Amino acid sequence: MPQSPPYLQINNLTKKFGEFVALSDVSLDVTEGEFVCFLGPSGCGKTTLLRAIAGLDIQNFGSVHQAGRDVSSLPPAERDFGIVFQSYALFPNLTIEKNIAYGLESLGKPQVEIHSRVEELLTLIGMPDQGKKHPAQLSGGQQQRVALARALAISPGLLLLDEPLSALDAQVRVKLRHEIKALQHQLGVTTIMVTHDQEEALTMADKIVVINAGVIEQIGTPEEIYNEPATQFVAGFIGAMNFVPAIINGENNIQIGQANFSFEPPWQRSTGKCIAAIRPEDIKVGSEGANTLEAEVMEVEFLGPFVRAELASEALGEHRIQADFSANRVRSEQLSTGSRLIVSLPPQSIRLYTGE
Amino acid sequence: MIPVKAKSSRDDRQMLVFMLMIAAYLVIALAMPLYAILSKSFQNKDGVFVGLTNYVEYFSTPALTYSIQNSLTVSVITTFFSVSIAFTLAYGLTRSCMRFKSAFKVIALVPILVPSLLPGIALIYLFGKQGMIKWLLFGHDIYGPIGIVISEIFFTLPHALIIIMTALSIADARLYEAAESLNAGKLKTFFTVTLPGARYGLISAAFVVFTLTITDFGAPKVIGGGYNVLATDIYKQVIGQQNFEMGAVVSLILLLPAALAFFVDRLMQRKQVALLSARAVAYEPKPSKLFDWLMFGWASIVSIFILTILLTCQYAAVIKFFPYNLSFSTKNYQFDLMDGGGWDSFFNSLQLAGWTAVIGTAIVFLGAYMVEKGRGFTAGRSVFQFLAMLPMAVPGMVLGLAFIFFFNSPNNPLNFLYHTMAILVISTIVHFYTVAHLTAITALKQMDPEFESVGASLKSPFYKTFSKVTLPVCLPAILDISIYLFVNAMTTVSAVVFLYGPHTSLASVAVLNMDDAGDIAPAAAMGMMIFYTNATVRIIHGILSRGVLKKTQAWRTRS
Repeated sequence: MPQSPPYLQINNLTKKFGEFVALSDVSLDVTEGEFVCFLGPSGCGKTTLLRAIAGLDIQNFGSVHQAGRDVSSLPPAERDFGIVFQSYALFPNLTIEKNIAYGLESLGKPQVEIHSRVEELLTLIGMPDQGKKHPAQLSGGQQQRVALARALAISPGLLLLDEPLSALDAQVRVKLRHEIKALQHQLGVTTIMVTHDQEEALTMADKIVVINAGVIEQIGTPEEIYNEPATQFVAGFIGAMNFVPAIINGENNIQIGQANFSFEPPWQRSTGKCIAAIRPEDIKVGSEGANTLEAEVMEVEFLGPFVRAELASEALGEHRIQADFSANRVRSEQLSTGSRLIVSLPPQSIRLYTGE
Repeated sequence: MIPVKAKSSRDDRQMLVFMLMIAAYLVIALAMPLYAILSKSFQNKDGVFVGLTNYVEYFSTPALTYSIQNSLTVSVITTFFSVSIAFTLAYGLTRSCMRFKSAFKVIALVPILVPSLLPGIALIYLFGKQGMIKWLLFGHDIYGPIGIVISEIFFTLPHALIIIMTALSIADARLYEAAESLNAGKLKTFFTVTLPGARYGLISAAFVVFTLTITDFGAPKVIGGGYNVLATDIYKQVIGQQNFEMGAVVSLILLLPAALAFFVDRLMQRKQVALLSARAVAYEPKPSKLFDWLMFGWASIVSIFILTILLTCQYAAVIKFFPYNLSFSTKNYQFDLMDGGGWDSFFNSLQLAGWTAVIGTAIVFLGAYMVEKGRGFTAGRSVFQFLAMLPMAVPGMVLGLAFIFFFNSPNNPLNFLYHTMAILVISTIVHFYTVAHLTAITALKQMDPEFESVGASLKSPFYKTFSKVTLPVCLPAILDISIYLFVNAMTTVSAVVFLYGPHTSLASVAVLNMDDAGDIAPAAAMGMMIFYTNATVRIIHGILSRGVLKKTQAWRTRS
């Protein structure tokens, strides 16, 4: 069965600012109706990629196809997208209604149609009675909703969100996260969101594109990105991770310090040096299972629902690892600095990287 | 790999056309005249290239080179006094709790509204041969460096005051709290917190005052007597001796310190901005009886100085014949009976100021918008930016003479503009372009850079976003630019003195010519007419902008 071509196709995109290479040979497909997050540290090139897709900063090399049309060199006005910026960029001197109607007026729609569309959008964002206000009279979260409504007013084929939530308070952020996701799902509009917040990406995206230093590190669903990080960068950037130098010394076996650990097949590679990684929450207390280890608690950090303990072990030599224990467990086992305990590193939780 | 060549949108092309049109204006009204004056300085009377001959002649004529020393002397002395007075006054206005602060501030800014010829005229009445308080000079002559320096202090004080007050008012209260908590005394705090914080403002003010003084023509013309300076030399060479080539040489020599001061000042301004952090807490002065009264006394003295100059002119304008018949008379207002163009020149000035304000504001703001918000064509935009900054470094006398060389040339198809109102408007806009441009750029920079991106994504042409959002949001700055251009067009003498024609004489030029002809009282009367016009327009502008702001800027307030 022939597969329909992706809605947005980015091929071998390179963008330079003078000598600095902001994006290097980036390729990516986005399916229609998908919610994609570009995730990466600041300066990694994720916003540059978004601006290239919008035509705001056109790439030096490579192509962008949208809905089968080559838009690689087109100016923003000739592309089909709506955009929401971190600053919202609401026109301060226009009312909320006028802001939302802005694009509709430019398309030359009749007044009646504009009016009903604006009403519809105001209801959609849950602000039906606020149309006569000016942006400065709204809270940050409300301004963000209006910016979203303005971008959606002309029913664009593609919605671009540039760090839309990062200027907001933590609580508003969490609330809007759900609202935006629900709205996107309801309208079915293909959406790309740039963020440096991994939690935002994990909760909202259908697909995450992890970018670092102008290169795509991994593309995958939130689960794939979290559970099977393809590179050491992804492993370290998303969630917490212990990294320890190790040597592969046989089939499914590595040596860390003096101790041997087994791991599971997908990570097998030729023998030699590597970096072993395990998430703190995967480390278990108790002597059941393989890869057990006697350790001493060097430090504990209270993090609310759980406690992160720094463990040292003679077997590991100078390397220390962090392990997360539930608050209940800490209470029942009476764990504190200086406690000695036995932990296990489940073989299926160990990942191996070549090192950078 | 084939590089992607960005296709330009209709917006890009339209904006480019606008920018090129305004750039063409700056090239024709600035770059080409400057080139003309430069080449003229290397030519003889017949237009033959003679290399450095004119320069050699200039530097071997002590009567001419002496002016360099004179210009530097009065400029340095004026800079010292003007900046000292401005700093102490600004310190009182920002750091004390004295009374009538806003009145003192208004008075100190008054000299901006009058031509630089006016203080000289007042000084003649106060300290001249028959001066009212001549004895205060203990036998020294007011004609010469003393008169020039006093006039220039009056003329430059508001400029220095504005810059220094800005520098002092951005002080961070937390630094003072820190100094106090570390037990630093008042004096130590002053030298370790206040002065370092204001240092870029002080340096910048010093350069501005220096440049204004060395390039000013009005004061030395009226009160300089036999004390020649560079600016008056240009005038004498050109108007008196018709020696255009030597005028060009002196112009280029005058261009040097002005340009140098300008670039140093730009450097300082850039550093000043970095000092200002968004988190700074505004400093609130605490009352201190002694200090507040001291500052009040000092501000009163400065205000009396300024008001005395103004009132003397007004007094001279309405008495019959100083000092012999002190009865009231309006005969000095019968300008039509004197040299200088009569009342027509006053109305010409109004016309010039009106056109300059309207057309100038449109050109400057559009130009700033295109250079700030346009896409692509980066090299062209930096050339434009350079052209827009250049007028600040070009003294008015140099610009005026450059205009003669360029527009009066029989080969120039624009030759018909000579002696028309149009050329006066064109030159005045260019003369005051830079400050207006910077005001516009500052206002545009404060707008969210993504407005244009949003507009484009919503398929709106740039002129829609420009007229619906940019213009209304920038309205306060646009009003400021127009009043700045208006006031300066009313008071300027230096460029237009070479360009007016028999039917386009101006009020400021009339002041100069009547003073030249010995009609000092009518000159004072005309000077005060300029003051009253500017003051009235300033007040109308104030009322108007308050009304407009209330109506169009309602969105600024949260309710």
